[in-house]
Amino acid sequence: MGHHSNWPEWIYIGVVIALMTWVGAEAWEVERIVEHVPADAKVIKVVGQQWFWSFEHEDGTTEIGELHVEAGKAYKFEIESTDVIHSFNIHDYVVLMDAVPGRVNTVWFAPDKAGEHDIQCREYCGLIHYNMRGKLIVEDPLS
Amino acid sequence: MVLELQKPRPIWQIMFSTHHTDVGLLYLISSLAFLFLGGTLALAIRAELFLPGAQIIADAMTFNRMFTVHGTTLIFLFIIPFASAVGNYFVPIMVRYKDMAYPKLNAIAFWMIPPAGALIWLGFADFTWYATPPYSIISAPGPAADMWIFGLKILGISSVLGAINFIVTILKCKHPDMSIGQVPLLAWSFLSSSLIILVAIPTFAAALLMLLTDRLGVSGFFNPALGGDPIAYAHLFWFTFHPEVYVLVIPAIGMMYEIIPRFSRKPIFSYGSGVFAFVLLSIVGFSSWAHHMYATGMSFTEKTVFMVGTLAAVPASAMHVFNFLATMWNGRIRFSTPMMWAVGGIALFFSAGAGGVVNSAMPLDFSTHDTYWVVGHFHLFVMGTIAFGSIGYLYYMFPYVTGRMYNEAMGKIHFILSFVGTVLVFFTQHVLGLYGMPRRIFDYPPIPEWIAMNQIASVGAMIIGVSMAVFLANMIHSSAKGTPTDTDDPFGLGGKYYYPFEARNPHH
Repeated sequence: MGHHSNWPEWIYIGVVIALMTWVGAEAWEVERIVEHVPADAKVIKVVGQQWFWSFEHEDGTTEIGELHVEAGKAYKFEIESTDVIHSFNIHDYVVLMDAVPGRVNTVWFAPDKAGEHDIQCREYCGLIHYNMRGKLIVEDPLS
Repeated sequence: MVLELQKPRPIWQIMFSTHHTDVGLLYLISSLAFLFLGGTLALAIRAELFLPGAQIIADAMTFNRMFTVHGTTLIFLFIIPFASAVGNYFVPIMVRYKDMAYPKLNAIAFWMIPPAGALIWLGFADFTWYATPPYSIISAPGPAADMWIFGLKILGISSVLGAINFIVTILKCKHPDMSIGQVPLLAWSFLSSSLIILVAIPTFAAALLMLLTDRLGVSGFFNPALGGDPIAYAHLFWFTFHPEVYVLVIPAIGMMYEIIPRFSRKPIFSYGSGVFAFVLLSIVGFSSWAHHMYATGMSFTEKTVFMVGTLAAVPASAMHVFNFLATMWNGRIRFSTPMMWAVGGIALFFSAGAGGVVNSAMPLDFSTHDTYWVVGHFHLFVMGTIAFGSIGYLYYMFPYVTGRMYNEAMGKIHFILSFVGTVLVFFTQHVLGLYGMPRRIFDYPPIPEWIAMNQIASVGAMIIGVSMAVFLANMIHSSAKGTPTDTDDPFGLGGKYYYPFEARNPHH
């Protein structure tokens, strides 16, 4: 101990710090962009409750368990809960935001093409948490 | 001589003893018992998830109770008490003192664990080890939930008492000829983790009381219906339990610092950087707690702060890995069982850390958070790093405790099966998370990728189960009938390389 030089360790630590700085800077830049909600995004109210999702569009139409949107448009979800904490998740579009009672959390997405995707709850919410699932149906605006 | 099992005594003599090795033995046996209990629950969980649909567990509530008790047991009743076992055996000897600073307090801290364990197991709560409000307040069935709260309360007090004892023993009772810079790294690891406990635990102790009064309906700290905020609980919980992750991992790293140099037959590459990394980790460990909460609706600025705080812990962990590899470099390595566990643990520690960097990066976390990725990630720490370091150390101290040698072939089989199993279960779970499978679900839709990954993970878990049966047989058989060994150098490393050397504290 003490009678050998430590320079390889310092170089290695320098490399690790540089790598972490790069990861942090990239993450910061990407997150800054994805958090910017487009001005024309349509608002969809999302309510999580034990153990299903319900949705309300801007025009007042409501849906339960299924959500219909159009490809090529941006949507902003305003997420609430009426009982315990849930987490609204469309994994295919990396949409994830907790539904916290007493708060309104927002997240946005813009589906790019028609198709069906799973909606699920990703925060433990009790007995039927495992089956608190729904369907996102992205429709082609032309059809 | 402190060869507990070579010189049999009536069990009550050990139970009512306050001698540090007796208390250490009690910690050791109870922590291993809970390892097997908690592990059995893990096997049941993996069997259930082998296929979609109900398999062996009757209903979702039972499943939810099982993963809650599995997590609570292995963190609070296996990992922490196991570290206390090692600390009790070796810290007084390493600082050359006759016992722990407060022997009676030490025994009291241990004897709080069995009633706490009983509360947790008899209650069998379902609200996850995180006890999320408002679910835990308005929805979780009692009295299980209340028993869990009291169990954790008792374990918290036990941890604080143990931490005070280690800090005083190391700082105040070390031999006057010994400077703090000569204290072995294992003792340094206990000093660091004990200081973290003292700073971190009181916050959760307060949150538990608030949770209890919320459940009783006399307060509404975390209940939105009464004007409270459940996210406040998340902050209090993670302020304690992110640093707690370092409380769990630091002693295991300290154990590796005992094993690696001796079996490489070289001094530690840099004692100074080991100490520096321990101290640094215990400080920056407090700057990262809300990285568990990116998806709760935090602002961009808050997320950035906690991402930076999390990334800051990486160089400190990386220093340990470098230190281990540089110590092994050009060493005359002997791959006895303890060394295999330690080296396997380092490899998995590195993998766990690399996955953690992904979680800390804000946009990526929204893909991985609350999926099986996270389950795989933290199990690479708790199983791959902490349990591997701990089990390696158990083999290492086995001749010292029993005066006998364990069966080396069975020890190696245990390691190889466990390593293969760990990789199969937890690497696969990372991928499963990327496919989107949430944590804590009793059943899942028949998505082909999910089924395949779950089956690989379940097979891996059964391999770990077999390895643990080999382990149990080895421990029981060898402590009674193993070959009596030369306790000064049981591993044939050359006398000066086995730690416990001549220092043995007589009973008083």
